[in-house]
Amino acid sequence: MMEPVLAILTGLFFAAAVYLMLSKFIIRVLLGVAILGNAVNLLIFTNGRLLREVPPVLAAGLDVPAGPVANPLPQALILTAIVISFSFFAFLLVLSWRAYEGLGTDNTDRMRVAEPEDAPLPPEGY
Amino acid sequence: MASSPIDLSLALVTEAPDAADWLVVLPVALCIATGALMTMLRGRPSLQGWLAVLALGVLVMLNIGLVFHIGASGPVTMMVGRWLPPFGIAFTADMTGALFSLSASVVAFACALHSLGDISETGRRHGFYPFLLLLMAGVSGAFLTGDIFNLYVWFEVLLISSFGLLVIGSEHRQIDGAVKYGFLNLVATTLFLIATGYLYGIFGTLNMADIARKAGTLPDSAPLMTLVALYLFAFAMKAAAFPVNFWLPASYHTPRIVVSALFAGLLTKVGVYALLRIGVMLFPTEREALSTVIAVVAGFTMITGALGALAQADMRRLLGYLVVSGIGAMLAGLALGGADAVSGAIVYGVHSMLVMSALYLAIGLAGRAAGTFSIGGAGGLWQRELTLSALTLVLFFSVSGLPPFSGFWPKLMLVKAALAQGAGWLAAALLVSGFLTTIAVGRLFLIAYWRPAPLASSAGAERDPSSGGRKRGSAASLLPVFALMLASIGIGLYPEPLIAAATTAAEGLVSPLAYVQSVFGTEATP
Repeated sequence: MMEPVLAILTGLFFAAAVYLMLSKFIIRVLLGVAILGNAVNLLIFTNGRLLREVPPVLAAGLDVPAGPVANPLPQALILTAIVISFSFFAFLLVLSWRAYEGLGTDNTDRMRVAEPEDAPLPPEGY
Repeated sequence: MASSPIDLSLALVTEAPDAADWLVVLPVALCIATGALMTMLRGRPSLQGWLAVLALGVLVMLNIGLVFHIGASGPVTMMVGRWLPPFGIAFTADMTGALFSLSASVVAFACALHSLGDISETGRRHGFYPFLLLLMAGVSGAFLTGDIFNLYVWFEVLLISSFGLLVIGSEHRQIDGAVKYGFLNLVATTLFLIATGYLYGIFGTLNMADIARKAGTLPDSAPLMTLVALYLFAFAMKAAAFPVNFWLPASYHTPRIVVSALFAGLLTKVGVYALLRIGVMLFPTEREALSTVIAVVAGFTMITGALGALAQADMRRLLGYLVVSGIGAMLAGLALGGADAVSGAIVYGVHSMLVMSALYLAIGLAGRAAGTFSIGGAGGLWQRELTLSALTLVLFFSVSGLPPFSGFWPKLMLVKAALAQGAGWLAAALLVSGFLTTIAVGRLFLIAYWRPAPLASSAGAERDPSSGGRKRGSAASLLPVFALMLASIGIGLYPEPLIAAATTAAEGLVSPLAYVQSVFGTEATP
């Protein structure tokens, strides 16, 4: 009965990730994104149903496994997702660092270069 | 393996596929191969541009071939690694995917042509063309895949390429826009992955044809409604639907104008395509139950997009809001369901890809000619750039949905479908958003094009450095805009072929028997 335990753990991961991502400071959002990626991996893993200690490897001379084995598909999915979320995290980390360097802040409220607060109104008449 | 006791024909494809069926994977293969080649040609920037134009021209040809092949023989499937469905990853192209893929490649071809005169040597060295080709690989893959996890992977491919394109140049405003674009799009694709994890837990399969086959046979306790709501939320965020669309106007005006044009034509439409695939083909019952929610979202997206466009003083930001408004019209087709409305949404998708990209390119040229992107600061373009102004006026009419241009027919189809289903208020929202769009672009044309140029000393005429200074557009950079405008007029004057293809596509989504049979063989039932 591993599923309920992992389900609760996944929920805690999601709660922490959402809490961090609601912050206005980019560094916390980044940490939230990292935790979110791991939460999703756990979620996929649990959704593939759990079975302990039987790797999906065929014994010599057999064409089908002798008994039930662990589901290999979620592991393949998670491997893909890990690679993708890691590369995205790396990109966003560099991007945030460049933003901090260039814009001088990691507070998203003050990042108004692309959308200036004092943008002129559209012309009213010809 | 003649001695093997296992009957391999149960699990493996034993015969080679037809030569024509290769068309399903060739668009993706071509883009990835050329993208890799471009990366190797990093030191030869002058070669990259023409190679990209050539590759994207071939891509357009391949997609035309694919559309005709599907038109003649129905959906086509190819299995990766010879594994039979549902074990292997399927590439399944139906009319919907092929039509979207064709218009995407036309847009990319036009943008590549335009980029020859627009992307500097530095931009090329920073990898504009490799990113462009890999973006097209992601977009084509998303349109042509028949596997939902594979769809997620293509979403990520196009997302990471779009990040690269967005930050070429590394100006402060680009970094600012990219931060918002990057984080929000990553959250959206993660939501997509969460939903896919649940889908695998519920169905035990990721093949779309298999899901369509099994969706009706599940017990009532299966949490399909939760699943579909999650998918709708994730894709609505990708497509920039109303409450979750703020990343789009915050970022689309920041990169090079060619990049904006590509994004406006391709990225949000991939989200719309995924919404149609999930909502109409895989889970029609749940979409029906959620149709009021989708309709309200569609109405708000249309109206707030058009109102946002009215409130802008910058030409490029105005276009960003027009993209959002168009997404609302396509969502209206999704909300209504039924082959009539869905075919309207598909035609609108094709129209929106062509016209929004052409508009960004045209506005880029206008901003370059005027030396500023501020509406109030520009003026006199009609006198100095007559051809460009006339082209832009046609595109303005088209985006507003006025006949005889391409925007008219899909709006007509959607309004007709809405009235036929008794959703009068949705039809009204479509027409009001068209009216507001007409005012917004009409004012832009009056003030920035028709009005004589303001005196150099007047306020608001300061030069915007991102517009690249006052320069005349060359004939070569005008050509792609002209071609896209001709396509818009062509669709407007002779819409029958497109509407017929879109009707085939929509019927294939509403009753996916042919799709399922192309994957599982002719004896399969949905």
